[in-house]
Amino acid sequence: MGLDKNQIAKRIAQELKDGYYVNLGIGIPTLVANYVPENIEVTLQSENGLLGIGPFPTPDKVEADLINAGKQTVTFVDGASFFDSATSFAMIRGGHVDLTILGAFEVSEEGDIASWKVPGKLVKGMGGAMDLVASAKNIIVAMQHSNKGQSKILKKCTLPLTGVKCVKRIVTDLAVMDVTPNGFKLLERAPGVTVEEIIAATEGKLIIEGEIPEMKL
Amino acid sequence: MNKVVKNAEEAIKGITDNMTVMFGGFGLCGIPENVIRVLAKTQIKGLVCISNNCGVDDFGLGFLLNNKQIRKMVASYVGENAEFERQMLSGELEVELNPQGTLAERIRAGGAGIPAFYVPAGYGTEVAIGKEEREFNGKMHILEHALTADFAVVKAWKGDTNGNLIYKYTASNFNNMMAMAGKITIAEVEELVPAGQLDPNFIHTPGIFVQRIFQGVNYEKRIEQVTTSNPK
Repeated sequence: MGLDKNQIAKRIAQELKDGYYVNLGIGIPTLVANYVPENIEVTLQSENGLLGIGPFPTPDKVEADLINAGKQTVTFVDGASFFDSATSFAMIRGGHVDLTILGAFEVSEEGDIASWKVPGKLVKGMGGAMDLVASAKNIIVAMQHSNKGQSKILKKCTLPLTGVKCVKRIVTDLAVMDVTPNGFKLLERAPGVTVEEIIAATEGKLIIEGEIPEMKL
Repeated sequence: MNKVVKNAEEAIKGITDNMTVMFGGFGLCGIPENVIRVLAKTQIKGLVCISNNCGVDDFGLGFLLNNKQIRKMVASYVGENAEFERQMLSGELEVELNPQGTLAERIRAGGAGIPAFYVPAGYGTEVAIGKEEREFNGKMHILEHALTADFAVVKAWKGDTNGNLIYKYTASNFNNMMAMAGKITIAEVEELVPAGQLDPNFIHTPGIFVQRIFQGVNYEKRIEQVTTSNPK
């Protein structure tokens, strides 16, 4: 039941538009690069200083000075550029990046997101996530709908926040939802998943209007 | 104006206990390996280090961390280092985490003579605690202060005897701004050439920001995650 990580990435790739500059977070968002539709061109930004990320290098082309924000070795495409971190975040903070796709531990019905810290357990730091969510024109979150039966689609986040009132759309293993002033609006359900199952897995307010179509993958 | 010093040992002269030192790099990419290695052999302690990350357990700033030479760390992402987490949770190490773009801009501002500025990043989160808040264009922002350091240590691909620097690929990252923000900036480079050999059209860091420069040795350039694709 529900989508696997690659299927979530594939569904999110349908949100890409020709000419977009896109920042992909670590984890599922990185997989979105594998499903960019062939008829459009998007430019991937990496906040450590690369505009125009290419595929992973072949073993003979691995270069220590050429990595993405997840510290993985990458390549660059024709027309790429390199720059320092202040310039990189000028692109992000200045609203020049069209779409940010990132992961989350929790989201709230007001569009708050928690993604960087579990008190007492895990402190990795926020990296660029707080800058990205505070300034991106459009934010899509890729995440699991629930964890061990606990919903992660909440009325209010329980973990320390990464940003407030910023998430626009969420793609989970079960559903596609928009954050609206009245709550989560259910747009699509994963193949084979019922509306009832989504209701059961969602703690926050869920708005269901009419027939909810199945995702096309 | 010859800024060349012989090696890392000579370059670090003047770094003493409790100083604030910036280290360039993103993860292990573009870190000043020579200076870190030599600092780890000294007894210098109580350092306040400003760096995006803190190395890994057995490389980069991890060396200084293991020797307990760092008192406080100002960073944005520290997830690759178990000893870091241990020292932080036990209270041995003071940690100030910043949104990455805010950290970069605080350093740039420090070098550019701007004492403070407003950003939206961190508003409504624990990063905003104790900071002045203000609305601009209908959006909330928080006041962030500039960062400077007693010493900034950066790593470049090529440099000349005047201190002009060129970085390779994504190894510019925090190096370019940190060079501006050190009272004394040390640059270690893979290739040091006489002034006039680098094309002035392609300099990333102008030499005015660099006080000491040397050609490093034995670069390991460790990669955190080697990811490859199959040859076609």
